[in-house]
Amino acid sequence: MDHLDKLEAQSVYILREAYREFKSLCMLWSIGKDSTVMLWLARKAFFGHVPIPLVHIDTHYKIPEMIEYRDRFALEWNLNMIYGENSEALAEKLTFPDGNTDRITCCKYLKSEALKHTLSGEWPRYRMDHEQRRYVVDKGRDPYTGVIVGVRADEEGSRSKERYFSPRDKDNVWDVGDQPPEFWNQFKTDFAPGTHVRIHPLLDWTEQNIWEYVEREKIPVVSLYFNQGASTRYRSLGCYPCTNPVLSDARTVPEIIDELKSGKFSNIAERSGRAQDSEDGGLETLRRDGYM
Amino acid sequence: MNGRAQMNIVIVGHVDHGKSTVIGRLLADTGSLPQGKLEAIKESCRRNSKPFEYAFLLDALKDEQAQGITIDMARCFFNTAARDYIIIDAPGHIEFLKNMITGASRAEAALLVIDADEGIKENSKRHGQMVSMLGVKQVTVLVNKMDLAGFSEDVFEKLKADYTDFLSRIKVTPVSFIPVSAREGDNIASLSERMAWYKGSTVLEQLDQFTSDKELQEKPFRFPVQDIYKFTRSNDDRRIVAGTVAAGSIQVGDEVLFLPSGKQSAIQSVESFNTSPKHFASAGEASGFTLATQIYVRPGELMVNPAEPLPEVGNRFRVNLFWLGRAPMIKQKEYKLKLGSARSTVKLAEICNTLDASDLSYSKSKQQIDCRDVSECILETSRPIAFDTTSASESTGRFVIIDNYEIAGGGIVVENLSAGESLLQQHIRDRENKWEAGLVRAEQRAEVNRHRAKFIVFTGAPGTGKRAVAKAFEQGLFQNGMNAYYLGVANIDRGLDADLGSQSDSAGERLRRIGELARIFTDAGLIFITTIDDADDYDIETLKLLNEPNDILVVNHGENGFSRFQPDLQLVAGGAVADAVHLVADLLKTKEIIIDYQI
Repeated sequence: MDHLDKLEAQSVYILREAYREFKSLCMLWSIGKDSTVMLWLARKAFFGHVPIPLVHIDTHYKIPEMIEYRDRFALEWNLNMIYGENSEALAEKLTFPDGNTDRITCCKYLKSEALKHTLSGEWPRYRMDHEQRRYVVDKGRDPYTGVIVGVRADEEGSRSKERYFSPRDKDNVWDVGDQPPEFWNQFKTDFAPGTHVRIHPLLDWTEQNIWEYVEREKIPVVSLYFNQGASTRYRSLGCYPCTNPVLSDARTVPEIIDELKSGKFSNIAERSGRAQDSEDGGLETLRRDGYM
Repeated sequence: MNGRAQMNIVIVGHVDHGKSTVIGRLLADTGSLPQGKLEAIKESCRRNSKPFEYAFLLDALKDEQAQGITIDMARCFFNTAARDYIIIDAPGHIEFLKNMITGASRAEAALLVIDADEGIKENSKRHGQMVSMLGVKQVTVLVNKMDLAGFSEDVFEKLKADYTDFLSRIKVTPVSFIPVSAREGDNIASLSERMAWYKGSTVLEQLDQFTSDKELQEKPFRFPVQDIYKFTRSNDDRRIVAGTVAAGSIQVGDEVLFLPSGKQSAIQSVESFNTSPKHFASAGEASGFTLATQIYVRPGELMVNPAEPLPEVGNRFRVNLFWLGRAPMIKQKEYKLKLGSARSTVKLAEICNTLDASDLSYSKSKQQIDCRDVSECILETSRPIAFDTTSASESTGRFVIIDNYEIAGGGIVVENLSAGESLLQQHIRDRENKWEAGLVRAEQRAEVNRHRAKFIVFTGAPGTGKRAVAKAFEQGLFQNGMNAYYLGVANIDRGLDADLGSQSDSAGERLRRIGELARIFTDAGLIFITTIDDADDYDIETLKLLNEPNDILVVNHGENGFSRFQPDLQLVAGGAVADAVHLVADLLKTKEIIIDYQI
């Protein structure tokens, strides 16, 4: 088994463990490369099927191609696709692009809050109806007690401290200083009522591993990751007002891998194109509050 | 590119013995630092007129990673010509033991750092023991700060002898001892001229000499069944036994045996998604199989090859246990055990020998296992599980214990003790010896009631209609003038078992209470009826024992999930209730429990 085989096997094991132990389970799909690889790993784990609902938090400021891509594969791969949103903040225009909040507050409203209330079932969930080929309000309102998230340890400091199975308390709070031990391949799959567990199958993957796997498996990814002629590409995807491309000539997956191996980005954070990270407190503040 | 090997190394040792300096040195000497980092820190030290140390390098990297919050377990990446390394820096502080365990659990080799000047300290011992228990086979001891010990061979040899002695007591044979000065760089990347007496490898050479665990492929096949998948709703009729191969290998056509159920079949196919067809699976692969025959197996069983050495099956075993729980581990209490893919309730039966956390002394008289104790003890699960003793195969001999939703302990199975008397058997013997009987004898009751007492269990999968049959049968018996009572299990959950809450680790206690109730009700001369979802051989065996000296009848609905046990009556799922009641009544007549039964 080579290194990618080992990473794949461990992620599949984690996904199956989550599916076995959590009755109310979902997987967050941001449409980015990481969670798309994770979705692919679920198809590996369950032999072509995805028996877990996929949840996308739609800020309505996503780059339009991301939404087209989401709905295309939701239908093609027969996914139980669900999205949630903060309709109140959107209606009242409490957003950064509307000029009414700073970036961090906008993230908090449109992502953290929307995520929290979609997971808990307090706010409506919209489910892809495969017969009507459109989204309908989902009848299921049970809180998700297991949430599968595609974070990687090498992305950013606070993410390197996650466990594979990481508990969140009743208020969604992550107690970084007192996390459960993980002995061998035995994880925290028992949880008190009202709490939930975040599950991280991609923790050991690096950005380069992700692209090597995309190449090996021929996984379709959004074309925004490639240089379309303007010598720029996105390295990390988010909302268009706060996401900037990097300078790059990489037009294909192998070219991206070569670019990463060249060390060109070794001093530049993967999320450097994500403006909210550089504001006061940054990602750590957001993450303690339930952001992914 | 994808073929480039990677290895996880954990670095442990007492606080201030120089772990950070070793890592800083390794990063610097392998050129793994971000551009200009080393120069920047040296410059900052010069400006603040403090001497540069390699540990600062690591601190600076950590601060960047941590963004202002305390880091608990850092991973550093570096590579040599041979392969890529992830160094897991496990904190030396005792409060961070959980993080150290998490880190060491994932490591293939360990570097244990000891200060030549300070010598062996508490955590030098504790970490040595933990690394050994966690199954890290390759341990190299770095005797650091040799510069402070005058690069003396005598100091090194003395420390080596003392620590080898300690390690041998906990059955660890270190791969090597290397005298180093991480601060000065001696013996890290190149051999030190100041310690010409040392003829071994440098730290970097030693890292490249560690081997990846290849022998797993050669061991007997072990496949903990993680789940059984059937995605019928997506028009897929495959019934796939899924899991990760823990050891050995298997191929299409091979016979397989499931333990503890004892069921047998053969591999029909190896399943996978988006790969070329597979006929073979070996250690480390997350795989799936279809079987040649339709048999009912459950998650938690161990699939093995009957032609190879078999694992142990039992419910009582001697273990080495490491306890981390806030509350001590005590006898009488039920915990949950996870071993491989098996889950069971478990009790602490005996404590044999305990290494005390506070002073590292051994005690044979402890009555409970406290936080951070390492204990040799005897555990008993409520039902048998299949396992290997760790001398035979590691991954199927490791377990964790859950207390109050948390992983509170972990350990390894040393010996199967299942031949001895179980806690349950001791309990029944004790109870029956002291049972206080009234003046009315069972035969007298039977004569007046015109039927004998009996405990009748209706079982089968949820939704098979067993409850409707059980209730109708109670009503029928009652209308025939007999003393029958149907007990809904939900009533016990909300009543007698209310103190157990919704915790999954109390399944054994719930079953015990039903069995004890049956003992009392049958003693009272009743035909006592209840239902249990998906009872297996061990549930019935347990109820039988608890109900002694009285007897039990088992009626199964739908698919028969028992492996050896034969139910007294087999009914179809969802059949007509009246017909089912008739069949049960006939059974009771055959067994001479009732004489007559009129509709």
